[in-house]
Amino acid sequence: MRAQLLLNVMIAFLWMLLIDEDELKFTTFFAGFLVGIGIIFMLHRFFGTQFYLKRLFACFKLLFIFNSELVQSSILVLRQILSPKLKIQPGIFRYETVLESDLEITMISLLLTLTPGSVVMEVMPEGNVLYVHAMDVENERDAILNQLKNFEKAIMEVTRS
Amino acid sequence: MNVSAIGEFIGALFILTGGVMSVVSVFGLIRLPDVYTRSHAATKSSTLAVLLTLLGAFIYFWATAHFISVRLLLGIFFVFLTAPVAGHLLVRSAYRTKVKLADISGTDDLYEVLHGDQKKENES
Repeated sequence: MRAQLLLNVMIAFLWMLLIDEDELKFTTFFAGFLVGIGIIFMLHRFFGTQFYLKRLFACFKLLFIFNSELVQSSILVLRQILSPKLKIQPGIFRYETVLESDLEITMISLLLTLTPGSVVMEVMPEGNVLYVHAMDVENERDAILNQLKNFEKAIMEVTRS
Repeated sequence: MNVSAIGEFIGALFILTGGVMSVVSVFGLIRLPDVYTRSHAATKSSTLAVLLTLLGAFIYFWATAHFISVRLLLGIFFVFLTAPVAGHLLVRSAYRTKVKLADISGTDDLYEVLHGDQKKENES
């Protein structure tokens, strides 16, 4: 993995030198770096290791999933607040997560607490059981479980690739 | 209509939406029945409101003054890092000091785990 990064920096440096401008510019270096990413992506299967930016892509994917969930559940919560009669049934339910390490548990609690409609109330000392308070347990349990599964999958791609 | 005018419009739209979001979340803060549901309205809708407002300001300055303000993006980052921790701790300490759930609440899987022993002690 580190060899790929080194190679990429070298391609960028070569690019900057071969363009042969009057002075060394950072923008040219960056353009070279982008070209290097393209080259290494095409060649990475010959190195026998994974593409070193795969984790970065997974991060972006996680960010995208989080944003879409944030907007969706915000609209849901706003609609519940603004409905003339409160028809919600809040409650606490137990969720067992498949994630293991401290970082993963922290990430899923952060993401879940940030999305409206659900707060992580308690994390058991063992770490794999979360107690989640939800705005409308009966009607939304499936939606929240679905959301949790999405987050879990995306987080695992980041930490375990 | 040139690019900077379009950017100005989009930025203003974002800020307006963010403002409306905060107003609605304050409305929810007054209206919802107990501390747990209120924390949803207070910390959650406002995260999106803060996101939209800061993003709107970022786009506005980018389009009009061609100034990329990293501080605004850092603001979003730190609000998103700290808001859930505060919300989690508030709700957790409220539950540990036995603040009751609202009457309309449904299931409560946590009660047995945290307060189950004390109930038995009181009975015996």
